[in-house]
Amino acid sequence: MTIRGRVYVLGDNIDTDQIIPAEYLNLVPTIPEEYRKLGSYALAGLARTPDQPPFVPPGAMTGPFTIIVAGKNFGCGSSREHAPIALGAAGTKAVVAESFARIFFRNCVATGELYPCETPARLVDAFRTNEEAVLDLEANTLTNVATGAVHTLRPLGDAGPVIAAGGLFAYARQTGMISAAGTGAGASVSGGPQAGADD
Amino acid sequence: MSEMTMTEKILARAAGKRAVEPGDNVWVAADVLMTHDVCGPGTIGIFRREFGAQARVWDRDRVVLIPDHYIFTKDDKAHRNVDILREFAADQSLPHLYDVGTPRYKGVCHIALAEEGHNRPGEVLFGTDSHTCTAGAFNEFATGIGNTDAAFVMGTGKLLLKVPPTMRFVFDGEVPSYILAKDLILQIIGDIGVDGATYRAMEFAGDAVMRLSMEERMTLANMVIEAGGKNGIIAADETTRAYVGARTKKSFDEVTNDPGASFSFERRYDASRLEPVVARPHSPDNRALARELKDVRLTRAYIGSCTGGKLTDFVNAAQVLRGRHVAVDTFLVPSTTEVSTGLRTHTIDGRPLLDIFRDAGCQVSIEASCAACLGGPKDTFGRINGPEVCISTTNRNFPGRMGSKEGQVYLASPYTVAASAVTGRITDPRELLQ
Ligand code: SF4
Repeated sequence: MTIRGRVYVLGDNIDTDQIIPAEYLNLVPTIPEEYRKLGSYALAGLARTPDQPPFVPPGAMTGPFTIIVAGKNFGCGSSREHAPIALGAAGTKAVVAESFARIFFRNCVATGELYPCETPARLVDAFRTNEEAVLDLEANTLTNVATGAVHTLRPLGDAGPVIAAGGLFAYARQTGMISAAGTGAGASVSGGPQAGADD
Repeated sequence: MSEMTMTEKILARAAGKRAVEPGDNVWVAADVLMTHDVCGPGTIGIFRREFGAQARVWDRDRVVLIPDHYIFTKDDKAHRNVDILREFAADQSLPHLYDVGTPRYKGVCHIALAEEGHNRPGEVLFGTDSHTCTAGAFNEFATGIGNTDAAFVMGTGKLLLKVPPTMRFVFDGEVPSYILAKDLILQIIGDIGVDGATYRAMEFAGDAVMRLSMEERMTLANMVIEAGGKNGIIAADETTRAYVGARTKKSFDEVTNDPGASFSFERRYDASRLEPVVARPHSPDNRALARELKDVRLTRAYIGSCTGGKLTDFVNAAQVLRGRHVAVDTFLVPSTTEVSTGLRTHTIDGRPLLDIFRDAGCQVSIEASCAACLGGPKDTFGRINGPEVCISTTNRNFPGRMGSKEGQVYLASPYTVAASAVTGRITDPRELLQ
């Protein structure tokens, strides 16, 4: 699977308060209208710099950036699932970072909103915001279309199939870890593959 | 059989295995699942979507609902979210809802869990809040999870976890009178960085740690997440047993490290040499000594949150503030209703804390909640709404964390915050404590 689109470049330690400021946490992600609103506020907590366009244009519900390229410890801070959801709702499909904070990574996988891809090398200087990139999840590469430079990603491992299935629940059903939807009480976890949304 | 750490032992037990090792993926049975008004509604939405409208939670007695984040606000959605918790608790007949506007209302979930006897040694606690790690002070495995994972736990009682390696932080010797647990944890985070413990357990040990009160131990474990840690853990002792025994009749099984348990990292500190520290904007690992920052002028001070809004924190602040007057706007928010009551009933030299603070010119909220620790709706008490320079007993100073992106937040102990409030600049509490 490949993901092609525009890149948004960020630095180290982008925390969940910058991804979705607390004043918007009154929105409930499972309510469709509020899910979309969360998208419109994605990265609203980021300090604005003159050389960086807003992630989501004023008044818009989604942004033009498909891939975020960031430094270390992306998504540190709160356990709010609103964070990967806001990015996903804004139209982002993947975050490529040097490293992720644990709960954010896990929330990406469990929700299936985003591919959290780690890179062995720092890529924040290899891309500029608005450049076009191609993320190849089979070859584990991120290509800068303008420069042609190909960067290696760490394999997603156990997390890949979970995101591809659409998140923890879809994966758990596909693999028989839990029974089909709507069967009510007493959902039981059976053995199943030891993959799942693990961090 | 392999020798295990405390964290490994709890996870092995909860997974029904004789032994586990770091890196193992295991299905862990939850003892308690906690959620609040910010993440509860989304968790409930996923639970109903995935398990069906008629589904029941896996164990009524193990689900704890604690509204605490957006309580004293006019925000309609915030109230709607508490209503969702109420409706769910009624529908599922859940006994543990600490509902707003009732005598059961508590306030900040991590302190409420402890006070209401939901923290017990040897257990597994999942919570939809990153500071769920606070409960590691009680010799249990406690970690923060997202809504989807929480909905999975709600329906199945289980979660797949990777067993973390344990990092060990040992404090030997006598803790000086001017040093608090907040200084210990800011010292560690400054040393290892905000991602220094990612995917790892952090154990706090040594005679200096074991002499700390439960509330001070909670401050240590609370900020594990600020180093990226999965959970914090402290051995159980008489202090733990006395606290837990006074709050619950349930039995529990303590865990200890096996003699041959292995750690991925160990650092020893001589507690007697520690100095009061501060984390500068905008990161909890941006550490400096308080005495190095005397030129930093403040416009505000804040005492509250799960980190620094417990009764002990207010008692410590009052030691500095009594008989003095603050030079900057100083906001005080008790974490729970029990702490709020304590402000009236706890006295120093016969004077209630509340009077000491009011005499000192502080603005004290009687209403317990998270308040401005995470900014919140615009009308939140103590929220930073402009270019304030604030010193705070809370846990995070990310850009915009307490409200406006223009604000700057310095994190410090209740002593240092109180001393700084008095002088209007960052102040080493030794200047005022003698
Ligand atoms: S007091 Fe602050 S850190 Fe603690 S639970 Fe509330 S918002 Fe989170």
